[in-house]
Amino acid sequence: MTDPTRPQTRPHDVLVIGAGGAGLRAAIEARAAGASVGLVCKSLLGKAHTVMAEGGVAAALAHVAPSDDWRTHFRDTMVGGKFLNNPRMAELHAVEAPKRVRELEEWGAVFDRTADGRILQRPFGGHSHPRLAHVGDRTGLEMIRTLQDRAVSMGIDVYMECTITRLITSRDGVTGAFGYWRTTGRPIVFPAKAVILATGGIGKAYEVTSNSWEYSGDGQALAYAAGAELIDMEFVQFHPTGMVWPPGVRGLLVTEAVRGEGGILRNATGARFMWMYLPEERRGEYAATDEEAARWVTALSQGKETDARRPPELSTRDNVSRAIYTEVKEGRGSPHGGVFLDISYLPADHIRRKLPSMYEQFKELADVDITKGPMEVGPTTHYVMGGIRVDADSQATTVAGLYAAGEVAGGMHGANRLGGNSLSDLLVFGARAGAAAAASATDRASEPYVDPVQVQSAARELAAPLERSHGEDPYAIQRDLQSTMQRLVGIFREEGDLDQAIREIAELRRRWADARVIGGRAFNPGWNLVFELGNLLTISEAVARSARQRTESRGAHSRIDHPATDDGTWGGRNSVVARGPDGAMRVYTTPLPAMRSELEELVAADHAAAAAVGSKA
Amino acid sequence: MTEVHLRVFRGEPGEPSRFDEFDVPVEEGMVVLDALHWIQGHEAPDLAVRWNCKAAKCGSCSAEVDGRPSLTCKTRLSDFDLDEPITVEPMRAFPLIKDLVTDVSWNYEVNKTIPPFTPPDDVPQEDWRWLQQDIERVQEYRKCIECFLCQDVCHVLRNHETDRAFMGPRFLVRAAGLEMHPIDQADRRGYLKDSGGIGYCNITKCCTEVCPEHIKITDNAIIPLKERVADAYYDPIQWVWRKVRGSDEGTRAGLELPVLSADPRSADAPDEESA
Repeated sequence: MTDPTRPQTRPHDVLVIGAGGAGLRAAIEARAAGASVGLVCKSLLGKAHTVMAEGGVAAALAHVAPSDDWRTHFRDTMVGGKFLNNPRMAELHAVEAPKRVRELEEWGAVFDRTADGRILQRPFGGHSHPRLAHVGDRTGLEMIRTLQDRAVSMGIDVYMECTITRLITSRDGVTGAFGYWRTTGRPIVFPAKAVILATGGIGKAYEVTSNSWEYSGDGQALAYAAGAELIDMEFVQFHPTGMVWPPGVRGLLVTEAVRGEGGILRNATGARFMWMYLPEERRGEYAATDEEAARWVTALSQGKETDARRPPELSTRDNVSRAIYTEVKEGRGSPHGGVFLDISYLPADHIRRKLPSMYEQFKELADVDITKGPMEVGPTTHYVMGGIRVDADSQATTVAGLYAAGEVAGGMHGANRLGGNSLSDLLVFGARAGAAAAASATDRASEPYVDPVQVQSAARELAAPLERSHGEDPYAIQRDLQSTMQRLVGIFREEGDLDQAIREIAELRRRWADARVIGGRAFNPGWNLVFELGNLLTISEAVARSARQRTESRGAHSRIDHPATDDGTWGGRNSVVARGPDGAMRVYTTPLPAMRSELEELVAADHAAAAAVGSKA
Repeated sequence: MTEVHLRVFRGEPGEPSRFDEFDVPVEEGMVVLDALHWIQGHEAPDLAVRWNCKAAKCGSCSAEVDGRPSLTCKTRLSDFDLDEPITVEPMRAFPLIKDLVTDVSWNYEVNKTIPPFTPPDDVPQEDWRWLQQDIERVQEYRKCIECFLCQDVCHVLRNHETDRAFMGPRFLVRAAGLEMHPIDQADRRGYLKDSGGIGYCNITKCCTEVCPEHIKITDNAIIPLKERVADAYYDPIQWVWRKVRGSDEGTRAGLELPVLSADPRSADAPDEESA
């Protein structure tokens, strides 16, 4: 019998932490470059949150709208992100996404088709043209299975149900990682010449979220502890449409594709309220009447071109979420505290073909037939735009040897992400991170030095909650943290609430330091939660402090006490969070990387219009 | 408040197993996984349950509820008579890790052996043209969420009926998706016959019945593959043609697949660790 406390050692050139879309794509690229690659994931392979992505992957393939191109995709992304995006990332993303999507078909994916047999694209909020390649409403499953099969056929070593709890560092930067098998509790050390973080988001900091237990900010917190900078952490995306009933599925995602296919939002009085919430400077992009919106839907469902403009429901996510929140708060909500989303006016077989998993989800979990009546929906914590600060071209963080890709990295989406841009983000920047990490591993000739002192202290920290004779159950602490974030750091924020949140998080951290769990090391969810809860506390503090610092409203960050966008003070400035020499969290700002003049010209008119509205508000 | 009485399998290999009993308050619309989460959060924080999406899209939370292989995230409590206890056990076909969690790594080993997607070298993706109606069958296979309930219910695997390898319904579905892909060039018939053991399936359709994605596994995947294999190996004209052309066993024919280990609940099951 092996000793369950004695660490195993598994060296690799490149260690990828997280096996969703970004991690898999990074691993494939690093392996193709000749590196030995280890891929670590907390769940079984193929279960990561990418599997939940439904609507599609944004890429200017121009199959449906011939006039679409990368410049329009770039502009839409910057407009949606309220000009806080790293412009070089938005450029690389728009330019490279079509190639990355085609590559998936070369690896076996089968996207839905246009009438002439090419990859079909659907409309989504904030995109000027139908742009999302998709497979019904299970695009993420198609992507993750394709990437998984590709990675497996390349001989990448996969460590399933394995959690990384610490990055190991030396004077030269990151040299490996320490973790443990969730199945047995046995520690494992991964010496590595380069480490790529691809761990996704932070949704489990909130009560109502579309995210699974895995989304505990692990990568952000690991990088922060290793000395990396986090940017834009105040920008948390609340997806407008989560399920609100029954209680067990509250927060579960209702794909934006429902609105992309013509879904109409109505309040309890039956009013189509999105007409009232369109931002003035963008109103011209949307239909003027119900009749024009209906013409747009009809043309879409028949695969025809039209001069009708898109319906108001396809405004950006930040805007639609605020609209729904406001309708409910002002007493015009549905019976279970949401609003109505109705697609049932379209033919039933069309709905079942375009939205098969939504049809199943509502029928099986809520006893609602979406071909016969409306869904009830409300905002749900979905995505974090902020994350680890990276170099746009290489995805290198501010710590040597450490890279980040996908949701865990910041910069690409600015203050608000457009739907469909996360699946393209993880392909484009996953590939870039994999290539850069493999190249840097080749350059690092010497074997990485793994500091035994750090390994021993990580092993002690891991064991501590099992060895305490008394202390608090981590589940109770997690419930309280989620309540704090939901109440005080939600869609609308103000200084007093944020101060209160920072105090409550500090108190929760004191309780967490004494958390105790019962049971042994083998597959013990309570024990696993202790580590994840520590990460959630770190990133919750980062969100609250960044939100407190930004005294304006922009994109997904809405301050009741500072309702205007303040371009003079905050335009072109990213928030930064880093660990100070005393161990306390420091918050400051940094200027946005400069935009090339060619890109500047693409967005100049939009930027000026947004700034003019902001100064008036 | 209404309560549900749950009997939950507990235990690890090498120790006597037991059923722990819990009374869980019932909310409207609740599913079995909600009840298991309530138990974790209030009474047994060390209860081992595997789950992720809670929306029947990831296939992690498979277990046997009152003996039926099910996704616990879409098994509604309202479908049961709550005056009777509900029994939740791990999938029987696979070796136990702890409580409701089983070792499904065998599936990943089998998957590695399937000859991968093989597009033609000389046609760039930009030139691929497929009609929607021509890919709908392939898309059906690709709906699979790898919950492994079909593997669990398959009597060949569940009862360990053969000493030779059988890849099971899940991987016959994957193979069908590759074989019937409009542009794939590989020939997996020899692999399916000799390595995958497709002949062991005697089309009882239990797999189709438990599939949460409603894939018609037997009718749409396994039977067409059996026909392809039969055409290649048991049709006399094809047989003569193969002899004339020389050896044509297809990709990876004769490869040895791992066999799913038997007697999963035994106390002395091997405690191997993957690496």
